Amino acid sequence: MTKRIIVDPITRIEGHLRIEVEVDDNNVIKDAWSSITLWRGIETILKGRDPRDAGLIVQRFCGVCTYVHYEASILACEDAFGIKPPPNARIARNLISASLYLTDHVMHFYHLHGLDWVDVVSALSASPKKTVEMAKGYSKNPYNCSETHYKAVQERLTKFVKSGRLGPFANAYWGNPSYKLPPEANLIILSHYLDALAISKVGAQMMAILGGKNPHPQSLVVGGITSGMDLFDAERLGQYLFRFKEMKNFVETAYLPDVLLAATYYKDEGLKGVGGGVKNYLSYGGFPLDDDWNKLLFPRGIVKDRNLAKPMKLDETKITEEATHSWYKGKEPQHPFNGTTDPEYTGYDSNGNVKGNEKYTWCKAPRYDNKPYEVGPLARMVVGYAQGDKAIKPLIDSTLKTTGLPASVLFSTLGRTAARALETKLVADNTEGWVNELIANIKKGDTRTWTRCDVPKKPAQGRGMTEPPRGALGHWIKIENEVISNYQAVVPSTWNCSPRDKAGLRGPYEESLIGTKLAKVDQPLEIIRTIHSFDPCMACAVHIIDPKTNEIKKFKVA
Amino acid sequence: MAKGNNSEYKKMIDQQYKDLMKHCELHMEQIEKDLPEPREDLHEILKDRGFSRRDFIKWTSAMTAALMLPPIFRPLVAKAAENFGRIPVVWLHFAECTGCSEAFLRSSYPNVDTILLETISLEYHETLMAASGYQAEQNLQKAIHDFAGKFICVIEGGLPRGLNGKYLTLGPKGKTGIEVGKEVASKAAAVVCIGACAVNGNIQAAKPNPTDATGVGRALGISTVNIAGCPPNAVNFTGTLLHYIMFGTLPPLDSLGRPVWSYGKRIHDYCERRSHYDASEFVEEWGDKSALKGWCLYKMGCKGPYTYGNCSKVRFNDGVSWPIMAGHGCIGCTEPAFWDTMAPLEKPLDEKTYGGGEKTVDTIGAVLTGAAVAGVAVHAVASAVRHHQSDFFKTAPTSHKDDRTEE
Repeated sequence: MTKRIIVDPITRIEGHLRIEVEVDDNNVIKDAWSSITLWRGIETILKGRDPRDAGLIVQRFCGVCTYVHYEASILACEDAFGIKPPPNARIARNLISASLYLTDHVMHFYHLHGLDWVDVVSALSASPKKTVEMAKGYSKNPYNCSETHYKAVQERLTKFVKSGRLGPFANAYWGNPSYKLPPEANLIILSHYLDALAISKVGAQMMAILGGKNPHPQSLVVGGITSGMDLFDAERLGQYLFRFKEMKNFVETAYLPDVLLAATYYKDEGLKGVGGGVKNYLSYGGFPLDDDWNKLLFPRGIVKDRNLAKPMKLDETKITEEATHSWYKGKEPQHPFNGTTDPEYTGYDSNGNVKGNEKYTWCKAPRYDNKPYEVGPLARMVVGYAQGDKAIKPLIDSTLKTTGLPASVLFSTLGRTAARALETKLVADNTEGWVNELIANIKKGDTRTWTRCDVPKKPAQGRGMTEPPRGALGHWIKIENEVISNYQAVVPSTWNCSPRDKAGLRGPYEESLIGTKLAKVDQPLEIIRTIHSFDPCMACAVHIIDPKTNEIKKFKVA
Repeated sequence: MAKGNNSEYKKMIDQQYKDLMKHCELHMEQIEKDLPEPREDLHEILKDRGFSRRDFIKWTSAMTAALMLPPIFRPLVAKAAENFGRIPVVWLHFAECTGCSEAFLRSSYPNVDTILLETISLEYHETLMAASGYQAEQNLQKAIHDFAGKFICVIEGGLPRGLNGKYLTLGPKGKTGIEVGKEVASKAAAVVCIGACAVNGNIQAAKPNPTDATGVGRALGISTVNIAGCPPNAVNFTGTLLHYIMFGTLPPLDSLGRPVWSYGKRIHDYCERRSHYDASEFVEEWGDKSALKGWCLYKMGCKGPYTYGNCSKVRFNDGVSWPIMAGHGCIGCTEPAFWDTMAPLEKPLDEKTYGGGEKTVDTIGAVLTGAAVAGVAVHAVASAVRHHQSDFFKTAPTSHKDDRTEE
């Protein structure tokens, strides 16, 4: 007999997400459905508006991946207008993106994902002395590492626990056997959880220096960037660099070592391929190193069926979206240029479960060449690795060598989390170079920040495709009579959270859960760990109910 | 108001403030009696972060002034800050982007605000909490039961009313956002809307408003305190909560439910580029020489003259910058239906918006207020009229004439 488990809301994500799974008598997941429970209709709102306003509007898709939709929309307009921004603007946009990567990935690992790996209560029994020794095994100079500090963290936590008011730490899955870290490791990562709260402000300030504020910066325009006064001010760039170095130090002495530490204790899961998911990976390419987007920090391309020996080129025309299982009209796959977004809500069944054979989510099903693809840090690293990228391949190879793990470990929940940390390092290693590139360009006398342009009088269309932290992002715009006539965004979480398609192929979240064994069905820790590893961008929580009675509390471990 | 005898007047005012202080002291005693000890000791954390006693006093002085209270209230503001962690907070997310939570986690002005937010007793917050699913729902039920009538319900996000509210469902039982909102708000001491979505629907309520989204106050038919902006500054929230802790009431609100102390002034009046406006020095296109000199962005569509808020004073991210400093105009995000009334964002408003017909740059303030006064003086008038209205409306029920899409 199978049991149905519903996790809604999945917390520690942006937005509203529900996961339903069916487990067999051994608590192994046999089937899964992912459902986005909120529709806001922003694509409909864009029609008839000035294309230059679209960037600021679509930025409101998301305040966690703030900036990225703003940039993708501006890129789509620039493509439609037939112009390119000047080099200063391109570099400045890279610098803003870099600030987002550093902030977002750090915040994801500690605040959104960390508690899936770290047992807060176990950290209380750690020996501060041993904790220092352990931390030094993973970094020469670990971040904020001393016996007194670790003791202080423990005291702060003890106070929380004693008061009985754990706040955000309340009622989680502490003590679940799927937590594998020893107390000392829990304490190290937990202490960095607290440090990261402060450090993420520094990263946000980096963005604000060139973007005006964070979240929701406001300095991009079609054709360039408006913050010239900041870009051409040595003092302002100094403020940026100063904060960058603080972030980079945190990445190198806390984030990376902590991921390696977690990998040591969770490697068996990685080797078993827990959370692997669909076997296809896609990247649009991001961080342009020249004005034509020929040279990129994150390469463009696809890897199919995990065939690392045969990386393939990306063919944009093969990207489609369909709505067989989504709460929209129309079933046939459409290229985003011709995409439609007309809601058709059919709700849940009489038991309150998703209608898995019908429509069950506000998320469409993006496909590449009719197949589901995973996007995000793992996809970027896999594509770069397969292409033999000069920066990515050595970084991954050396990490595998240090940990003594094979490349196949990448295709797992752990691999996804590790890939995110590795690419953060890659961005951190390149940011200072971009500041220098900017200075060199200004020295040449180039003070252009904007390419003159206007909305095309004739019908036009364009696309903006880039790689923000959560994965491949594409915006497609059509312009008629100087206003937007159609607008479609296919965002990273749409790829990953995709429902089944008409051929019945599951999306990446769904597929990644199949075969996972739950230690305790009333504490679906393994589900949220894998879902969080994708860094979902909708807000969520996990609920377990019995399919017959629809009552949560009656559900018992078989 | 008493006039004439100055000392009489002064005595009266003194007595008023004394009464107010007494009220404040009693209220805080009550809070200390009724609500549990804060989880975190504010002073310990401040020390931890390298803030001295002096820094804290400086901050409380600034906050006292910001809340429009005389300096004698400073120790009470300090006490309220210490008690900040006693107020249980339930933070709900509806149709939104989590940008406001992000802003509150990361940005601050002055810095003590951030630390204050760390001491907050968050009983439920989807983005931050470790529990998921059923356990998360349990936390929510427990919080609204244990602290009924005492907790502050903070709402981030608007409410879609279309499809009987089913554009947004929450929790294992698939309740609509409106159902959850009603349940929680009815038990709360007060409902504070954080950000433009909760205040009046924001982006999802922009034309043609496909999900029939609107602000929480309107959707639930209740009065709310509206911390407007996309996202708002954290200081506007902390100050409002401090006021509540001190007096047991919410601060004076304007006709749109926004606290007057933070939304009573126009962006334009305190803008660092204002002198260029007065001198008719304008940026004419992006990236031109005037742009690199920091001239006025009015002709590039800046909506600062129509927008009420304190961004030009407090800026964002610890005062690092704000949109106008970054060379982009204000988009009016603290105002109702700004995506429609302020569009196109890169052009000055024309007659279609306020019906007055913008003739020259100099009459811009007049367009807003309808007062036909030309030149610079008009700004003073606009602000004065505005303040008058604010005072007038502060006791009146919040008349949410916000959803222009519905008119």
